[in-house]
Amino acid sequence: MKGNEAIAEAAIRAGADAYFGYPITPQSEVLEYLMAEKPHERTGMVVLQAESEIAAINMVYGGAACGRKVFTSSSSPGISLKQEGLSYIAGAELPCLVVNVVRGGPGLGTIQPAQSDYFQATRGGGHGDYRVIVLAPYSVQEMADFVGMGFDLAFKYRNPAMILTDGALGQMMEKVLLKEQQPRMTEYPEWATTGKGTDREKNVITSLDLDSAGQEKFNRKIQDKYRQMKEEEVRFEVTECEDAEYLIVAYGTSARICQKSVQLARDKGIKAGLFRPVTLFPFPEKPLREMAEKVKGVLSVEMSAGQMVEDVLLAVNGRIKVGHYGRMGGILPTADEIVEALENKFAKK
Amino acid sequence: MDKTIVKAGNLVYRRTPVMNDNVMHYCPGCGHGTVHRLIAEVIEEMDIQSETIGIAPVGCSVLIYNYLEIDMQEAAHGRAPALATAAKRLMPEKYVFTYQGDGDLAAIGTAETIHAANRGEDISVFFINNGIYGMTGGQMAPTTLPGMVSSTSPYGRDIKMMGNPLKITELVARLPGAYFVTRQAVHTPSSVRKAKKAIRRAFENQTHKKGLSLVEIVSNCNSGWKMTPVEANKWMVDNMFPFYPPGDIKLNGKLVNKEKE
Repeated sequence: MKGNEAIAEAAIRAGADAYFGYPITPQSEVLEYLMAEKPHERTGMVVLQAESEIAAINMVYGGAACGRKVFTSSSSPGISLKQEGLSYIAGAELPCLVVNVVRGGPGLGTIQPAQSDYFQATRGGGHGDYRVIVLAPYSVQEMADFVGMGFDLAFKYRNPAMILTDGALGQMMEKVLLKEQQPRMTEYPEWATTGKGTDREKNVITSLDLDSAGQEKFNRKIQDKYRQMKEEEVRFEVTECEDAEYLIVAYGTSARICQKSVQLARDKGIKAGLFRPVTLFPFPEKPLREMAEKVKGVLSVEMSAGQMVEDVLLAVNGRIKVGHYGRMGGILPTADEIVEALENKFAKK
Repeated sequence: MDKTIVKAGNLVYRRTPVMNDNVMHYCPGCGHGTVHRLIAEVIEEMDIQSETIGIAPVGCSVLIYNYLEIDMQEAAHGRAPALATAAKRLMPEKYVFTYQGDGDLAAIGTAETIHAANRGEDISVFFINNGIYGMTGGQMAPTTLPGMVSSTSPYGRDIKMMGNPLKITELVARLPGAYFVTRQAVHTPSSVRKAKKAIRRAFENQTHKKGLSLVEIVSNCNSGWKMTPVEANKWMVDNMFPFYPPGDIKLNGKLVNKEKE
């Protein structure tokens, strides 16, 4: 099935309570699939096409405030519109899942795949000091698997989680092994606005604190959460790295292409390995630093002008030469041109 | 004081337990406190405190959740109907309402207001219209009257330059998803009683599942209007009421006075 459809089906099976979305290429299949599947009959899940991305993310906010498992999906321009809502959701400490099937920008840009929303995704995206847990699948299987994982992490930390993928993975068709249907929640977190009974104080979901000392205290609290994520939630994958002299760092679709580049480079006698961050926030900083110490150079490959390369540079911290190779505007790099870039930057004099 | 004086027989008024003792931040003479109390009283009388979820706006009444003893969500500016949509759809057995000012509901949140009404969401919308942005210091609102002075229309609202005031309540009434639309006020004891009836009706409609109820309360903003509370109420009757006439606009899904529209 298509990557977008895998996300939709995986969400139903993860016991999601609601989806609120708005059509935009290349992710409209999520909403289309959900509408066709009638999840209200399968599990009682609510699916609603909102009047805008802004309304959709605020429906997510309202649903999340009720302690429910809710999600939305969109593509770059639509995700920009959702940033206000995401900031409020992070500020109100609510769990939710957001899928960004990235297309090339800026502006209306193109409908072809890109990875140019890395900064927006990993730095919070909206206003204020907050972060979103960012998961980067590189196969349709992972598109499906990360839905449940995203919900779990979102609830563990009471924080938005994002699946950062792209138009290629969204449209790509692959075999996928889906989990069995999970039941929807029947009990909700104690902070949820489900109606104030006589047995408890009222629950108020807000991100407002007019007292600066209180607001700073809150900010310290959520920063502690982000530190805990960095300690406990880092995920990455390495391929052919044991004897590698050069490291390619790539995520998502780029990582898929770079698997081939590693083989092509090794055919040419260049000992390359692939380091694939799976969580982009928290970025696998420590493992990358340790690996980089054993190699002669690191090449960050992205479908962008060079965004993740800044995290690679921070991780490596000047200890080793770091280069970037990227294509933009919806163009995928070929495995060959990546090897060429590796040769030009490091292997050749 | 002898506490025995408070007996069921001679108790004429008490604060509803759905409100608390917190000192309100509203200016003396403001209508918000009265509307908060009416909502709280209706919730108590209908015995739905444990089944009610309120959505707060951005604006003067952003802190409504500090005064009402119910579960509440604080929305981003204008987005309350979107939050309410989700809460109601996920918990159809609960009572869900939004409380919004004119800047929130009729400017930045116009799309959310119109579409929630047009979808026929079974929620109650309480809309306080004082023709001005109170919290930010008295700027022109979508509902500011022609010629009305505000901090961003210091020479009066010039229709040619700044556009017309928006009668969003009449607009909402035209939508098939709106079931009950009325305009009320809270400046006199009799208007308070009428407004309370309208608020109760808006809550009761949620059990019928026939669509959205919107209660507009034309109110004052004596600070923003730079008047005493008494002057502000008089100015409201003389100037706001001719443009925003109190009364029912849509009852049981049918427009009242259709020919006049």
